[in-house]
Amino acid sequence: MRETAAERYVRWVVLALLTVFTVTPLYVMLTSAAKPLRDVQGDFTWLPSRPTLQAFVDMWRTVPLGRYLANSLVVSSVAAVFSVTVAIFAAFALSRYRFRGRGTFSVTVLSTQMFPGILFLLPLFLIYVNLGNATGIELYASRTGLIITYLTFSLPFSIWMLTGYFDSIPRGLDEAAQVDGAGPMRVLFQVILPASVPGIVAVTVYAFMTAWGEVLFASVMTDESSRTLAVGLKGYATQYNVYWNQVMAASLVVSVPVVAGFLFLQRYFVAGLTAGAVK
Amino acid sequence: MTATTAPDRLRRPATPPRAPARPARRTRRSLLPYLLLVPAVVLELGVHVVPMVVGVWMSLLELTQFHIRDWSTAPFVGLDNYRATLDVDTAAGQELLHSFWVTAAYTVASVGLSWLLGIAAAVVLQRPFRGRAFLRTLFLTPYALPIYAAVVTWSFMFQRDTGLVNQVLLDTGITDHRPFWLIGGNSFVAVLVVSVWRSWPFAFLCLMAGLQNVPDDMYEAAYIDGAGFWRRFQYVTLPMLRPVNQVLLLVLFLWTFNDFNTPYLLFGGSAPPAADLVSIHIYQSSFIIWDFGAGSAMSVTLLLFLLVVTAGYLFLTRRRRSDA
Repeated sequence: MRETAAERYVRWVVLALLTVFTVTPLYVMLTSAAKPLRDVQGDFTWLPSRPTLQAFVDMWRTVPLGRYLANSLVVSSVAAVFSVTVAIFAAFALSRYRFRGRGTFSVTVLSTQMFPGILFLLPLFLIYVNLGNATGIELYASRTGLIITYLTFSLPFSIWMLTGYFDSIPRGLDEAAQVDGAGPMRVLFQVILPASVPGIVAVTVYAFMTAWGEVLFASVMTDESSRTLAVGLKGYATQYNVYWNQVMAASLVVSVPVVAGFLFLQRYFVAGLTAGAVK
Repeated sequence: MTATTAPDRLRRPATPPRAPARPARRTRRSLLPYLLLVPAVVLELGVHVVPMVVGVWMSLLELTQFHIRDWSTAPFVGLDNYRATLDVDTAAGQELLHSFWVTAAYTVASVGLSWLLGIAAAVVLQRPFRGRAFLRTLFLTPYALPIYAAVVTWSFMFQRDTGLVNQVLLDTGITDHRPFWLIGGNSFVAVLVVSVWRSWPFAFLCLMAGLQNVPDDMYEAAYIDGAGFWRRFQYVTLPMLRPVNQVLLLVLFLWTFNDFNTPYLLFGGSAPPAADLVSIHIYQSSFIIWDFGAGSAMSVTLLLFLLVVTAGYLFLTRRRRSDA
């Protein structure tokens, strides 16, 4: 199948336009982070007048970025690990068993995805506060509360994707293990899990990114000590000044781990999506 | 799918004699799936379902700043909150209606553009060439970027005096003054651009994954039959992508219609009227005006609206699929 000259021309035009659209903000972020403060206070320039890494030094002092970063890391990793663990068991049940209520469960879980976050933000906030007062378990303004909240955010999609992934693993493998005397848990851990590493990796990355990027609940459910990056970055805008070069430097630093992780694992991600979601 | 069902079908004649021999395992098995689902059910109930029910209850109370400290004193007002917020003869009702239309326009434009960019990129990256892997990675970057980092960069670009957008407009002579982007009428364009920048890579990712399932033979066959690019797109690519599109468009619709993060991060707590999306509108009336009853009533209405649209969408797409 030959590509005509017109097709090739169109292809390059499309790719060029998409590249410019995609790259411009990334370019602005990179170059502005390397600018001295007075560069970002005047007319926009494409290059720093004098490249400097000063913003990367100052940004830790203007706001307690280190603490926000640590909070985000703890919350997102723990939420991702728990979310995937819970999703694995649920997906195993949905993929390998036919039971009453199976359809209801799937539909209910997926439909929670469409809830407007704003609808259960305030009730959840009040439940956490009251639960804390009644039992002493600190959920409001604590990392535990955020972890529990975030792990449910990624759960529906994780269950759905892993169910599809498990479905694509031939049942013949299960049966062979069962003939050898393996119980359901051994089938799960020794047959299904090893065969679905790409799907599990994809879901973990997804759960981590969901927690790392969440804004609405972070802005209401945290206090100064449990604040995450999503809210913390606002601190660079003071009443008199916005330290744009530091904002860009901090944005760059908080983006690198997730972008690197995602891009490094994107092959797994696409494979997981192909097998799980797109059927 | 064929790979999983074929062995089952081959095996089937062998299974019936075995099945009655293990009634004991069956009873244990019937409990196991429920046990496996317990953690997921508890979490979903606790964080989504229970708060939602509480939210519906709140929408029936007069929950203003006078009563927020102690709920038990909040008077039960029935559907008054709904009447007050949905009545288009009042100022509040007018504002909500306006917000709804802004959100509808925003959703249609954002989903449409994201899908167009996604399908364009997926199609032109379908055949191998040098640099394809690099471009694919590059295009996925906006999706991987944390949303606050992405939106704060755009808000810097949209600054009136120090931003890139106005500088480019001035340098190219498109305008001779510096328009505002984050207040006034242009704010709709600003929030739309940021939204498309964020969500088109997701469309691209799904469509690309969907295209991998289209066998090359189908394109070859169409090509040999003399089908040009557009005909192959129309008769091979689009029909093969229908299952992907069915899910993708629904997911994009729900995300965009509920989108809170983009306007919140771009404009702060209060969005300009031209970009007054419905979730930021509700947030504003809950947390800035301190009327949680009204805020909950609007949230419940939003949820009902989304449910109706989703049900209608699924009904129509299912029916069309079974017709085909």
